[in-house]
Amino acid sequence: MVSIAVDLNRCQGYAQCAFLAPEIFTMHGDEALLYDPDADDAQREKLAQAAAACPVQAILVDAVDEPAEAVPGAR
Amino acid sequence: MLGEGALAQLKREGRIVVVGASLAGLRAAETLRAKGFAGSLTMIGDEPCEPYDRPPLSKGVLLGRARADRTALPRLRSVDATWRLGVPASGLDMAARRVRLADGDEVPYDRLLIATGVRARPWPREEEAELDGVFVLRTRDDGAALARRLDEGPERVLVIGGGFAGSEVASACRERGLPVTVAERGAAPLVGALGGVVATVAAGLQREHGVDLRCGVTVTALEGDASGRVRAAHLSDGSTVETDVVVVSLGALRNTEWLNGSGLGAGPRGIACDAGCRAFDIRGIVTDDIYAAGDVARCPHPLFGYQFLSLEHWGNAVAQAGIAAHNMLSESTDRLPHMDVPSFWSSQFGVNIKSVGVPSLGTEIFISQGSLDSRRFIGVYGYQGRVIGAVSFDHGRWLPFYKELIESTAPFPPQFPTVDRHADGQRPMDADFPDPSVPSHGPTVTLSGYSPADRRMTFTPAH
Repeated sequence: MVSIAVDLNRCQGYAQCAFLAPEIFTMHGDEALLYDPDADDAQREKLAQAAAACPVQAILVDAVDEPAEAVPGAR
Repeated sequence: MLGEGALAQLKREGRIVVVGASLAGLRAAETLRAKGFAGSLTMIGDEPCEPYDRPPLSKGVLLGRARADRTALPRLRSVDATWRLGVPASGLDMAARRVRLADGDEVPYDRLLIATGVRARPWPREEEAELDGVFVLRTRDDGAALARRLDEGPERVLVIGGGFAGSEVASACRERGLPVTVAERGAAPLVGALGGVVATVAAGLQREHGVDLRCGVTVTALEGDASGRVRAAHLSDGSTVETDVVVVSLGALRNTEWLNGSGLGAGPRGIACDAGCRAFDIRGIVTDDIYAAGDVARCPHPLFGYQFLSLEHWGNAVAQAGIAAHNMLSESTDRLPHMDVPSFWSSQFGVNIKSVGVPSLGTEIFISQGSLDSRRFIGVYGYQGRVIGAVSFDHGRWLPFYKELIESTAPFPPQFPTVDRHADGQRPMDADFPDPSVPSHGPTVTLSGYSPADRRMTFTPAH
């Protein structure tokens, strides 16, 4: 799984992510963003595209593939 | 030079302990490693799970679109830490530089970062708080339990407290088609944070979405049935609300009790620290080895007259964590002040609410773009002739401009024309904040200490 967080202070509702990875990001109303903070590995590619396309670079994605110090059983 | 050598040694083989394994703690740990700290790093957290993100808990999780146990924070880099999770810190020996854990263990440090955050303020009457169906919302477990109960389709949800968190819970319930009552002590939801002018809009939004909004009332008692399940709430106006789910949303308490008697300047308002996140001791002398970041910190802010601000904001936790980590590893002349302009967001009833600066410090408001009626607008807050804050309802793209006005202490009201100016934007109005001596719901910004405004807000639960 891939963990995601969005800095919604930065997010300005450009909705590029919602077009590129609609399974993860959806617009909620005109401007608010809803997202699934835990995406499937199968969506890594789309997620990377969405994060790269964000005009304000608000999407934070796991940069460590397998967090070496992840707490056993917690993920 | 002894100082330089000591810093190099700290970076090479020092021991840094972070108490609080949430957003601020994790981001600080990542920053320490990014800045070349090669010594030992210990992360202490009272919850048994790795760092997770809280904003989804009151939004996607309650809507059933995300799972409460799947909101782990993304790891921006490896932190190579020793994790002591599920065991809270219980004490601090500043002289011996050791953190005591609840299981009796002690962890020595050379530098300590305290990021223990806040916890939900519980319902004040313990026997009522323990009724089945009474919830708070702060942790992952809280989110999972509340989401599960909402899945069961309760008859009516009662939200006590119409602040941001309570309003988001009410919004999620309405979106799921559940009947909701909101009981707010003030004149309208969000009034403590945004003032009466904007709170009136928030009240309209709630009622339009079918919330049974009761303002100017307090909940005097919760009543359970024979099986210990909540069945009704009694309000101060004499009315009764039949309900099977109660969400207590009365703000937060700072997790500083474990520091009692340690000599650190910590209390119910948080941990006092300097502009560089170094904690003060109780004598008002700044320590050089203990830092604080996130919701638990209370920091003087250069943009707001150097008065101490406690900010329960996601962005503040990230910014302070970065500053604290940088300063821990820096010579005194290389240290940085925490100057980030406060900002936060909330989405509720389909509207994206964002804010910059400190609206609650303002006395006047000016609707510079859009209109209150359309619920799409920018409200600019003024204090003593300068711009001190701004709020947007579905107008977030303009906010960076207003942030610049706050940073440059621009005059209020703004001296320039703006696009989309409406009738309510012709002149400033009284922002209509409640009398600070009257208890309100817990604010997400607490102002304390000396200031020209000296606006104090303290929550006093109803008894």
